[in-house]
Amino acid sequence: MAESSWLTKFPQMDRVDLLEIRKGLDSAYREFSREYGEVIESLFDPLLTFLVWFEKLLLTTPWFIVIVAVAGLVYLVSRSWKLSLGVVVSFLAIGYFGMWDNTMRTLSIITVCTLMAIGLGIPIGIVMARSDKARSVITPMLDIMQTMPAFVYLIPVVMLLGIGKIPGVIAVIIYAIPPVIRLTNLGIRLVDSEVMEAATAYGANPTQRLFGVQLPLAMPTIMAGINQTIMMALSMVVIASMIGVKGLGQPVLKSITNQYFTLGLFNGLAIVALAIIFDRVSQAYAKRTQRHMQGIENA
Amino acid sequence: MPEPLITIEGLYKVFGSKPDSVMPMVHEGRSKDDILAETGHTLGLKDINLTINKGEIFVIMGLSGSGKSTLIRHFNRLIDPTEGVIKVEDTDVMKLPPKELEHFRRHKMSMVFQRFGLMPHRTVLENVGYGLSIQGQSKAVWSAKAKEWLETVGLAGYEAQYPAQLSGGQQQRVGLARALCTDAEILLMDEAFSALDPLIRSEMQDQLIELQDTLHKTIIFITHDLDEALRIGDRIAILKDGEMVQQGTPDEILLNPANDYVEAFVKDVNRARALTVETVMKPPSRRITADTIGEALIQMKAIKGDYGYYVNDDGYQGVVTQDTLEACCDDASTSQEMDDTVWEDLPSISPDAMLESVIPETLDADYSLPVVDEEGNLKGELSKSNLAEVLGGADKKTEERI
Ligand SMILES: Nc1ncnc2c1ncn2[C@@H]1O[C@H](COP(=O)(O)OP(=O)(O)O)[C@@H](O)[C@H]1O
Ligand SMILES: [Mg+2]
Repeated sequence: MAESSWLTKFPQMDRVDLLEIRKGLDSAYREFSREYGEVIESLFDPLLTFLVWFEKLLLTTPWFIVIVAVAGLVYLVSRSWKLSLGVVVSFLAIGYFGMWDNTMRTLSIITVCTLMAIGLGIPIGIVMARSDKARSVITPMLDIMQTMPAFVYLIPVVMLLGIGKIPGVIAVIIYAIPPVIRLTNLGIRLVDSEVMEAATAYGANPTQRLFGVQLPLAMPTIMAGINQTIMMALSMVVIASMIGVKGLGQPVLKSITNQYFTLGLFNGLAIVALAIIFDRVSQAYAKRTQRHMQGIENA
Repeated sequence: MPEPLITIEGLYKVFGSKPDSVMPMVHEGRSKDDILAETGHTLGLKDINLTINKGEIFVIMGLSGSGKSTLIRHFNRLIDPTEGVIKVEDTDVMKLPPKELEHFRRHKMSMVFQRFGLMPHRTVLENVGYGLSIQGQSKAVWSAKAKEWLETVGLAGYEAQYPAQLSGGQQQRVGLARALCTDAEILLMDEAFSALDPLIRSEMQDQLIELQDTLHKTIIFITHDLDEALRIGDRIAILKDGEMVQQGTPDEILLNPANDYVEAFVKDVNRARALTVETVMKPPSRRITADTIGEALIQMKAIKGDYGYYVNDDGYQGVVTQDTLEACCDDASTSQEMDDTVWEDLPSISPDAMLESVIPETLDADYSLPVVDEEGNLKGELSKSNLAEVLGGADKKTEERI
């Protein structure tokens, strides 16, 4: 009987060995973070300074100036009065319901995360589009980043950098960057091969091809990626608040533990409002800059 | 005297992950299908040898998949060969380092694409000026030049439009203007007119021929359409499964198809529209040059016919028959001078005329028609049976051609 127990019970590794492995890895990483944590943290100092400065800027500027500035920016980018008006109304409502400061904090961190995700993601996407080898290495990494539960990669980040804004930003970027990378790669690969051949045939060098042909033609696809990246960054706000990122996520977290339904709902709606604004503005921008693709008449 | 501009020697192209490993099989002469089945590699081109002369329109023709696009992309190295030499003048294109290759592409060759290859995010003017702007020319320079070429191709006023706003024919005119705008000596055209409606297509062919009359570029033109090839080609090369099966002038290809493949191509061509009188006429055998009727009768006997074409110092005059000559002799001496009472008018035809245009005259006349050039020289003769042979069935009658 005893001999056939492997049939019903998985022949697993010895418990002691398993424990050893876990202990070994954990302590090795702990060693590593104790050793290099400060150095790595100091690498992020400029970013932290900027984050703090930007948050402070949004918080200390009088609310009506912020509203006018944001609405103006939205108009510049989208050329739509309706959208700008929508921004003013939602910001007024947010302020009236007492969520102004948290919204500004979230706005600042999302803006920074998005800019960083774009700044990192587009070059990575370009590299991926240029070489099949790079693509075969990067794709599985993106798959992991998108499916690994956020809490799992929060652990090493927090172990390394502690609790605060920087680990929050890193977690948000890890979670939100895959779409912009994937769609930059896709967009470039989908550029009509004859158009690329034409550029090459007329003697365009790689830089001229990239900036003169590939990126402009991939832009609609890249914009779709940026749009998704923003949405995913916003959806990370609550999780990021668990590691000390202030903003609309914290009241939501508080309302989960204390069962304050209305508090959660209001802050949730504020996140939704931000998401809709970001989404509509980036889409309007994409559409406006790509009009010639369909011919001007029907745009 | 034709001056060679581009030479291609022993060019092979194998598509796949390890082309070099397949080359031994290719050299053994294994077929394209064999190689694909055994190694998963596609034999794109096999032992291509070509010389293209300055100022000619060289047409490369073949069915879809025969390797035309692959071949034309070797001229500017959009595709690198697996083996072989490509020379333009004395430049070995294969040996050019990247920077020089860019320079070569910018100044030596330009290309027109089947699906136009225009940049949808640039205006028509920017598209036409693309080649020059890539070279680093100032906007003032390239836009002025682009404007001129747009006018030449008949698109003045469309400068600010985007390609998506133009029709196919207009887009290809933009493609042509873009190619001409860099003043490159060599023009590569990959099925440039194949995507266009027949009417627009023939308009574009006319325009190309007209432009070529003044520009004298060296044009490599790809098509799968023999009519198009015959219409614009000075010389034609025919590809099949990556192999060159025949090269020659349009007439040579039409009258002397090298094998069944070419013959199948040639079969459906309207020869009457593709061939000139010169290519099918017989040499003149009925020349009568005598000064007197007596001598004329002697010459008539020698040519073993009952009529001849009378030619004097002023050139071709008309037809004389044995009957009229003999009739003259009865009531006058054989030393009577030849004059216009002896010969009858018989219209002559020009050696450059298309066969189609002379069919009615040839069929109506009682005699073979004399072929006479502009100076009045008798160049040959065209008979009904001549015409019937050439325009008739598909069986070979090329042996009779001189
Ligand atoms: N990049 C490529 N990879 C593999 N096979 C190719 C590639 N390009 C062309 N081929 C093959 O080479 C042959 C010739 O193609 P192509 O030159 O496009 O023909 P054509 O222009 O005459 O229609 C075809 O069998 C095609 O499948
Ligand atoms: Mg082709």
